[in-house]
Amino acid sequence: MNPTSDKVLFSARGIVKNYGHVQALAGADFELREHEIHALVGDNGAGKSTLIKVFSGDIQPDEGVVEMNGRQVQFSSPRDAQVAGIETVYQDLALASTLDTAMNIHLGRELLVRGPLAKLGFINRRAMQRNAAVQLKDLGIELPSVAVPVADLSGGQRQAVAVARASAWGRQILIMDEPVAALAPQQTEFVLSLMKRARDERGLAVIFISHNLPHVFLASDRVTVLRHGQTVLTKPTAETDVEELLRAMTGIMNTEGRASA
Amino acid sequence: MNIGTHGRASSEHSPAKQLRELAARFFKLESALLVVILGAMIVIFTIISPSGEFFSSGNIRSIALDTSEILVLSAGEMLIIVAAGLDLSIGSIVVFSSVVGAKTLVALSGSPAQVAQFTYPHLALGITAGVVVAVLAGLGWGTLNGLLTAKWGVPPFIVTRGTLSVAVGLAQVITGGLNVPNIPPALQNSYGSGQLFGIPWLVWTAIIVVGILWILLELTRYGLHTYAIGASPEAARRAGINVRLHTISLYALMGLLAGIVGIMDVARFDTASIFAHTQDNLTAITAAVIGGTSLFGGRGRMLGTVIGAFIPATLRNGFVLIGVEPFWQNVAIGSVLITAVYIDQMRRRRAKIT
Repeated sequence: MNPTSDKVLFSARGIVKNYGHVQALAGADFELREHEIHALVGDNGAGKSTLIKVFSGDIQPDEGVVEMNGRQVQFSSPRDAQVAGIETVYQDLALASTLDTAMNIHLGRELLVRGPLAKLGFINRRAMQRNAAVQLKDLGIELPSVAVPVADLSGGQRQAVAVARASAWGRQILIMDEPVAALAPQQTEFVLSLMKRARDERGLAVIFISHNLPHVFLASDRVTVLRHGQTVLTKPTAETDVEELLRAMTGIMNTEGRASA
Repeated sequence: MNIGTHGRASSEHSPAKQLRELAARFFKLESALLVVILGAMIVIFTIISPSGEFFSSGNIRSIALDTSEILVLSAGEMLIIVAAGLDLSIGSIVVFSSVVGAKTLVALSGSPAQVAQFTYPHLALGITAGVVVAVLAGLGWGTLNGLLTAKWGVPPFIVTRGTLSVAVGLAQVITGGLNVPNIPPALQNSYGSGQLFGIPWLVWTAIIVVGILWILLELTRYGLHTYAIGASPEAARRAGINVRLHTISLYALMGLLAGIVGIMDVARFDTASIFAHTQDNLTAITAAVIGGTSLFGGRGRMLGTVIGAFIPATLRNGFVLIGVEPFWQNVAIGSVLITAVYIDQMRRRRAKIT
């Protein structure tokens, strides 16, 4: 549906992650091409969130190889992944609720005042507010003010702030963990459209976790299915259907009665 | 908040309306209510106290002097609370720092025989070394608090409750449970009771230290990260902030401040008093909380904390002047604490709805 390039931007092979006796990932593979929206689906406990935490540097895998632009990379912290151009919108959004939108967008990457006071870490609130307003406007996000604590925003607005932050700083890859799980239909559509804009206007590749298969078909170029910590299917979204995905997710041949999942 | 006035905002420009707008803007300030409360207390005490004695420069100076140590401690405690931490050990660190500082000072100022006769041939060396040792001792305790909390993951309540006992216990071991005697009076005469432009040096110390912490918290990246950690350590970590190191640095800073207060205390009272400062932790926490700092972290302004430190001090002083029995002080301070927090929460809730 969208002419994505075939060039592989990012790949992971044989990723293993154990938590005590629980194996969250048992040799998962993943491949992300330039300018594609790649949906990552699977049942609860299939390892989706664990896998993207590996990609975003939040956790370190026990085994496996991650490559970016053909070179092996190891992210030992979220900062490492950010430096490599990967931004993540976490399921819990990871916003500092008492800080305002402008500060949340710039947290960890503050704009400083000019001159010698910059050496002492003096922040330039006004510049950050201006920049935040520009970022939001670019994405068509409307907020009453960038200077109110995000705790006072609605769920959809908070989601928008998290997306704006990620797309403002992301230079290569945008990872979205269940970005629309808690949203009303209208807001859902908006966030899905933000994802497409990140791809089309900012040239980012997007990894998008979802429970909701209609959203996968609505928004993604390719889809990967995880089951029990392993990759069981990767395909262009246009060449598959709900039934095939469900079969892959559950491992059950007969999917009747589960088609509404 | 000003929904009612919105409709006629454009048609009317009377001074009364401008005044009302100004008032509305003032009341939107975080600490407006506190300024009003403190102001009202000052006015009332001035009117009631005999011949306005409360507002005399001497009395104002004495309130400021009495509040100087607790101001420094409250400012540091507030930073920790903003980061959703807690430090109960501050008073003990003050005592420990003042004891080792005073011991060093006395030991290096002259031989035991000279010191016993109040002659100090090496006074400058002694004072310098004493100050350095006190501050380093404070820094050490603070760093220990930070390491235990951030690295071992022991809750700050437990860690600092522990060091509260250990620090004061060791101070008692060092002195055998006695106050440190034979401190050179020069320290008290120059710094402890000296003044500049009519303001005591101890008050200047508090002004400078609190000023620096104010700027640090509200204008710098360090302060922003402190708020972020208090709001959500996970969010801060994922934003690339080194939460552990930052937390350690906050407790270390608090220890350093307690060390400074230790020196202020020795200079003021000309002794290292071993049984004082047991209430400093609660007094500092109270100041921060009256000032609008949230115990859940992420919220708080330095101005609020400063006023929050002055409200109990003003009450105490005013009650003495107007002859209210001292027992009522505790009743009043406790009630102010609860009322201030209640009103603040109401305001917040209302602000969120409109």
